Amino acid sequence: MAVKAAYENYSGPNRDAVENFHGNQLVYIGWDEHMMFPCAGVFPLPPQMPFGAVIKEVVPAAFSLHPDFANIDWGKVEWLLDGKSFNPTLDKSLEDNGVHHKSLIRMITPGLNGINNSGF
Amino acid sequence: MEQAKKMNMKEKYNTMTGDLAWDFSYKTEAEIFPLSDFEGIKIEDWSKWQDPFRLTMDAYWKYQGEKERKLYAVIDAFGQNNAHLGVTDARYINALKIFLTAVTPLEYGAHRGFAMTGRAFPGVGAQVASQMQSIDELRHAQTQLHTISQYNKYFDGLHDPFHMFDRTWYLSVPKSYFEDALSAGPFEFITAISFSFEYVLTNLLFMPFMSGAAYNGDMATVNFGFSAQSDESRHMTLGLEVIKFMLEQHPDNLPIIQRWIDKYFWRGYRLLGIVGMMMDYMLPKRVMSWKEGWEMYFEQNGKMLFDDLARYGITMPKFWEQSVEEKEHLTHQLWLTFYSYGHAAAFHTWIPDDSELDWLSEKYPVTFDKYYRPRLVYLREQEKAGKRFYNPSLPQLCQTCQIPMVYTDPKNPTKRVYRETTYKGDKFHFCSDACKEIFEHEPEKMSQAWLPPHQIFQGNCGGATIPDVLKYYHFTENDGGEFLHSRDNANWNMWKGLTPDEEAA
Ligand SMILES: [Fe+2]
Ligand SMILES: [Fe+2]
Repeated sequence: MAVKAAYENYSGPNRDAVENFHGNQLVYIGWDEHMMFPCAGVFPLPPQMPFGAVIKEVVPAAFSLHPDFANIDWGKVEWLLDGKSFNPTLDKSLEDNGVHHKSLIRMITPGLNGINNSGF
Repeated sequence: MEQAKKMNMKEKYNTMTGDLAWDFSYKTEAEIFPLSDFEGIKIEDWSKWQDPFRLTMDAYWKYQGEKERKLYAVIDAFGQNNAHLGVTDARYINALKIFLTAVTPLEYGAHRGFAMTGRAFPGVGAQVASQMQSIDELRHAQTQLHTISQYNKYFDGLHDPFHMFDRTWYLSVPKSYFEDALSAGPFEFITAISFSFEYVLTNLLFMPFMSGAAYNGDMATVNFGFSAQSDESRHMTLGLEVIKFMLEQHPDNLPIIQRWIDKYFWRGYRLLGIVGMMMDYMLPKRVMSWKEGWEMYFEQNGKMLFDDLARYGITMPKFWEQSVEEKEHLTHQLWLTFYSYGHAAAFHTWIPDDSELDWLSEKYPVTFDKYYRPRLVYLREQEKAGKRFYNPSLPQLCQTCQIPMVYTDPKNPTKRVYRETTYKGDKFHFCSDACKEIFEHEPEKMSQAWLPPHQIFQGNCGGATIPDVLKYYHFTENDGGEFLHSRDNANWNMWKGLTPDEEAA
């Protein structure tokens, strides 16, 4: 469907086009079953950033306040990229891992499901 | 001299409305009213527009003038009597902060919108009704500012509502709702605001705030509520009349109007979640729970309304069932969200005390003890241990409603709902099927949304750090954060001579 406008060929800027982010792209990162962080966070990251650096630098800044964080076995973490399961290559960039502008990464930590296993 | 015969009501109404219009001689109607048909609404006969109140302009000015005089007399008395000390406790003021920053600017937006419809509609009855409502809404914005500014002398967070409204992340929720309607055509605007908002949902905005004010000793706001009440009933009646008028004018109007009803029901419902959170968490003396309010005003009264409109072919707004499924979760999830972003809000957040937790258990027997009480108790313990929790990341927002994507699947309340679509090669994210559908109907428009976290990263909000952004919002260091450690709380306890044991929360 298309908008009905007062004049023909109405369109406007795509407010969040990747060009507007000074060389970064937006990446959303959420942690399933950890509702203490009520929603995924949004981060402006260089597309060339290795996935391993995201795990080392971005993910702890976002989620380390949760007591489960220290117990994460990173070899066991399951990842979802834009809804599909995904095996990131840690030394490859976001771009080469298929993480694009406004992609959503979800982190699943089997066995760690929030305070007292409550999803919080 | 012979006395002119006094006109009866009907004659007076005709003279003072219909006769105010004039016939055009050197421009066509299409040139004068260029916005009247692009939306596809067909009006065959504007003279069928009925004003059930038959309110004439002269009577309007007289009534409104009387109401103003009464209102301002009470406001003056309020200031002289230290009436701010009469509220239940300082937590209550935070409900007013939300009202002043999120609702009062909408009143002003409604003033603008009805000024637009008054100019855009070709029928004189609709022009006059729009003009009156436009002035009413300006009056509401002004009287709310004057009423609530009494509290601004004593409490934080009330100092800059219009500036905050245009910039702040959570205030983009009401702002984008209203601007969606304002930037549409006149028929969509009036359906959105007069019908979906004023008629279907307004009881859930006004009742909680005005009864909440009465229950919590806030006589200033009660006084404003009384002053606005007769305007509100006029606006609600207009909302229903306008829908019936459009539906009676042409059968082609039905699907267009139904889609607008679906859209603004959902957007209005998402917006009202913030009011629900206020009802369940922020009023020291509760009026009713969000769930009870939704059941009474939407599930019962709303259902009756839509049964009544069925003869025109109108059905219940699409996705209404979703709103019912969410009713046991909505407010808890929102309060926890604001609690976790309390360092970036212009009102205070806190964990309810035990008796309040018990009230929530009673009102939400299916969900509260199972999911939400343990979270609140955990956070309270963290706070006591000096580790008040604040979420360090900026939130992912829904592209349509602009609320952080915190909603969960009601059948699976620890699983967030993630919906997405692609438009012109870019991804867009949504909190719900309804928000996604609204986007997909008008992607040219909705892809332009000004999402505050993204704007921060684009460099348009004063800087890259939280203090930079809060400065850009005009928040002071006393406006947000934990209530227990707030200046509001400290002042209140001092004014009331309370010991730490007697304090709130
Ligand atoms: Fe109003
Ligand atoms: Fe949404």
